[in-house]
Amino acid sequence: MRLSVCLHVLNREADMRSPSRPAVIGAITVLALTSCGTGTDSGGGSVTLTIAANSISGGKNSESADWITKWVIPEFQKAHPNVKVTFQPSGVDDEQYKTKISLDLKSKTGADVIDLDGIWVGEFAQAGYIKPLAEVGGAAVEQWEGWSQIPQAVQGLGIFDGKKYGLPQGTDGRVLFYNKTLFKKAGLPEPWQPTSWQEIIDAGTRLKAAGVPVPIQLNAGTAMGEATTMQGVLPLLAGAGSEIYTAGKWTGDSQAMRDALGLYQQIYGGSGLGDPKLQQEAKGRDKSFARFAEGEIGILAESDYFWRSVVEPTAGVAPMKDRDQVVGYTKIPAKRPGGGIRGQDHVSMSGGAVRVLNPFSKNPGPAWELLAFMHSAAATKSELAGQVRISSRTDVNDEVLTADPMLRYIAEEVLPITAYRPGVAVYPQVSTALQEATAAVVSGGSAAEASAAYQTKLEGLVGGAANIGG
Amino acid sequence: MIRHTLGRLTATVFLALVLAFFTLPMLWLASAPFDDTPRITTSVPEFTLNNFAAILDNPYALGSIRNSLIQGGGAAVLVVVLAALAAYALSRVRVPGRDVLLYLLLLLSSVVTGTAAMVPVFELATRLDLIDTHLGVILVVSGGLLPAAIFILKDFMDETPTTYEESARVFGATPLQIMRHIVVPLVRPGLATIAVWALASVWGGFLFQFILLRDPEKAPGSVILYTLYTEGGAPRLDLISTFSLLYSLPVVAMYLFVSQRYGFRFHGGIKA
Amino acid sequence: MSGDAAGLGKGRATAFVLPALVLITVFLIFPALWTIYLGLTDYRLTGLSAANPRIVGLDNYTGALGDPRFRTSLWLTLLYVGGSAIVGQAGLGFALAWILRSRTGAVSRLVEGVVLLSWILPSTVVGFLWFALLDRDDGTLNALLHTPGFAWLLDHPLLSIIVFNVWRGTAFSMMLYSAALENVPPSHLETARLADAGVPQQLRDVVFPRIRRHVLTNLLLISLWTFNDFTPFVLTGGGPEGRSEILPVYVYRVALRDGELGVGAAISFLILLINLVFALAYLRLLRGRNGRREIAAAGGPHT
Repeated sequence: MRLSVCLHVLNREADMRSPSRPAVIGAITVLALTSCGTGTDSGGGSVTLTIAANSISGGKNSESADWITKWVIPEFQKAHPNVKVTFQPSGVDDEQYKTKISLDLKSKTGADVIDLDGIWVGEFAQAGYIKPLAEVGGAAVEQWEGWSQIPQAVQGLGIFDGKKYGLPQGTDGRVLFYNKTLFKKAGLPEPWQPTSWQEIIDAGTRLKAAGVPVPIQLNAGTAMGEATTMQGVLPLLAGAGSEIYTAGKWTGDSQAMRDALGLYQQIYGGSGLGDPKLQQEAKGRDKSFARFAEGEIGILAESDYFWRSVVEPTAGVAPMKDRDQVVGYTKIPAKRPGGGIRGQDHVSMSGGAVRVLNPFSKNPGPAWELLAFMHSAAATKSELAGQVRISSRTDVNDEVLTADPMLRYIAEEVLPITAYRPGVAVYPQVSTALQEATAAVVSGGSAAEASAAYQTKLEGLVGGAANIGG
Repeated sequence: MIRHTLGRLTATVFLALVLAFFTLPMLWLASAPFDDTPRITTSVPEFTLNNFAAILDNPYALGSIRNSLIQGGGAAVLVVVLAALAAYALSRVRVPGRDVLLYLLLLLSSVVTGTAAMVPVFELATRLDLIDTHLGVILVVSGGLLPAAIFILKDFMDETPTTYEESARVFGATPLQIMRHIVVPLVRPGLATIAVWALASVWGGFLFQFILLRDPEKAPGSVILYTLYTEGGAPRLDLISTFSLLYSLPVVAMYLFVSQRYGFRFHGGIKA
Repeated sequence: MSGDAAGLGKGRATAFVLPALVLITVFLIFPALWTIYLGLTDYRLTGLSAANPRIVGLDNYTGALGDPRFRTSLWLTLLYVGGSAIVGQAGLGFALAWILRSRTGAVSRLVEGVVLLSWILPSTVVGFLWFALLDRDDGTLNALLHTPGFAWLLDHPLLSIIVFNVWRGTAFSMMLYSAALENVPPSHLETARLADAGVPQQLRDVVFPRIRRHVLTNLLLISLWTFNDFTPFVLTGGGPEGRSEILPVYVYRVALRDGELGVGAAISFLILLINLVFALAYLRLLRGRNGRREIAAAGGPHT
């Protein structure tokens, strides 16, 4: 078919054999050559496998792209001489990447091994875009050595309806970061270990009195997108003792929701503890990073990404040369001690990416081998190469995380108390509704009104009040 | 006379204001690429050319500009040729309801260029085996641009005098010859404008290029520009500003070339 | 126009139109009709409805029309189109064309150049340019006006994107009117001037009757384009709190972010219908006084 399109173009060129139209002919020839001449040659191997990931060399997540092209592909091909592996990079907004992968899988094409955000697993499975690993990869899947190395909670990232759809790549955790210099200036203790929301507010008040421009940055509003939900509403909700989705029911206008939005109101409702405008700006989150790095923000809730990639002294987006001395971190407290989910004193939220097999792969067996290979201890260690982050494998973490106290803190102190988002198709819309509720509070509304409005929206999204818990 | 002088003075002040209004936003493009630590704001740069070195290190940056030229240039040529032929025929031969039909096509083009048409367009391209080809991008974007191009060109072909064509016909010229030697020279500035318009429209397009292409070696600059972010979605301003400048240059060059060579008007030289 | 000057004949005329028609049929009409069909289903990008979309009839339409967010968005879009396209682009474009028509100096060429430059810069790039201009912390505009910390994009989001779009799109109207003004014989304007007619009078009596068709073309095109203009998304993301969420941004949010492709398709069709209403209104306005004006124009500048 592709060939015939090309011939068609070339024929058109022949028809227009008129000397006075060289430009047109030239252009059409260029079209024909470029669209047909540079087909992808599949080398000598009899099997070709493709990896798709939202990373690209020289752009977004370039380390991960370089790992695939420089380590995974050569190493795997060395061990499997009859297999050729190619890489299909993207490196764009997650939503756009998700769209492209969905379109591929919908038309039963696409790469053999695909990167997905763990939160998409449920909706992709429901759409029939992905199948349980064991169904695609066969018996080899259950016998994989790696399962024993991945903690059950982390495995949950790739599980939907009790079935394993993907292998988790790693995870993260959310904490409160604070500026020790500003804390000293405000006469606050170091290390700072708040045990209730009130202590956060108190610290904010002291920071404000000491002249800190933005005492507390708690992400809010729709412009911040999922960062509002993950770093803001959901940890607060967990701290008030509630999860967004449990046992088939969503959390609506409950006491916990009003408490969570109430904290937003305390920070943004005229107290001057937070900067409402920063939450509304289209690039507000980037700005909050820059302002933290410039010493203008006292406390900021973020994932360990902030430590690894934002204030990281050399390659960060908003690098802080003295990060290790100035930036402190502490667990997010529950509303009051013991008031969090499962009776916890502190809470967090986690997410993470997974890799899945394309159920329409022509070579599902080799594809599983490739996927398993990418999650072997050796591959995981190579993936981390130099940078420290939390992988899914305990054996690798034990070895690597010793290099960075912050990430060890996340692995040892935060992951045991963390929670995950529900992987169902309607979640992104619920998340948007939560963001809108915080936006209403930031622009001066009351927590109770915002919570009630959220309840109305939620009913429309999840199919009525019957699916909403207390 | 006083009124005239006053009028000219007002006009000059007005032009100065317009000039300031249109120049002001472009300052960032002139300063940020040369700044050691570019921010979102325009500032006097701490001069450096490192950003250019950094963008050249990106394996896809330069190639993507070539891809944009292929896709934008291909679409521009296709749109100009097909639209000129169609507009000429529609202008010279009476087809009942042609204006209404043309406007309906124009309306439909607004549906197809929107986000919601993504699935039909993708499935169509899949079935025609056009995924991951320059040709696929060219055909899809041309489909969206053609109605407006025909609409504009027909409007102006309507106004070119037909007397030359009649005499050429008397001397036995074929319609294609008439079109080439008489009509095209008359509306050449208009054709050039449509070409630049088509190129500029394709140049900034992202969504369809992104979903239709797979191999980053074929991705146009607008797609690569979107990859210059970090994992958390923060823009790499050093790379973005520098690439923006490089990426804008070909369109500006084409505009300068066209305006030098053909003038930059919808039609010129025809006085009623 | 009425005759067949080039001797095309029906057959050759068809051959001339055919290539464009084939391309349009395959890559425009077909996907457009498919999209309109999707608007009648509950189709989603992922999840259960992706696997088994159901026909839901007009539910998407009633849902959208009943959604206050859609109605707000529609109202914002009308203001946006009216302010930035009909008043802004067409007005400024005509003013520039009128002033520049008799000037040939370097300044005029420079003005024309920058106006066109703002039109052809890639849309991905212009977003960043306007950020740099309007940024609240130390944007160029605040520095110039000595208004540090003024949040243009947050306090006046709609005005910001209107001004932005005037900047972005005036070039088209300017070019179109420049070309149109060449159809106005200078001698007629001279006569009017000698008769002591002011500029508004000249415009009304001499210029407008001759460029009516161009005004119509211009308004039709810029309204349609502005109605479907997604670029403001780069600037404000539709915010704060949807206060600059014009319809294309609304569609993007519904179709891509929320994955509700069926609803997005339905709204796209609604946008089409609204544009149709606009087109009919323009036709009525500009053709209504057709006869009277034409007679006036034929009779010369005096009325």
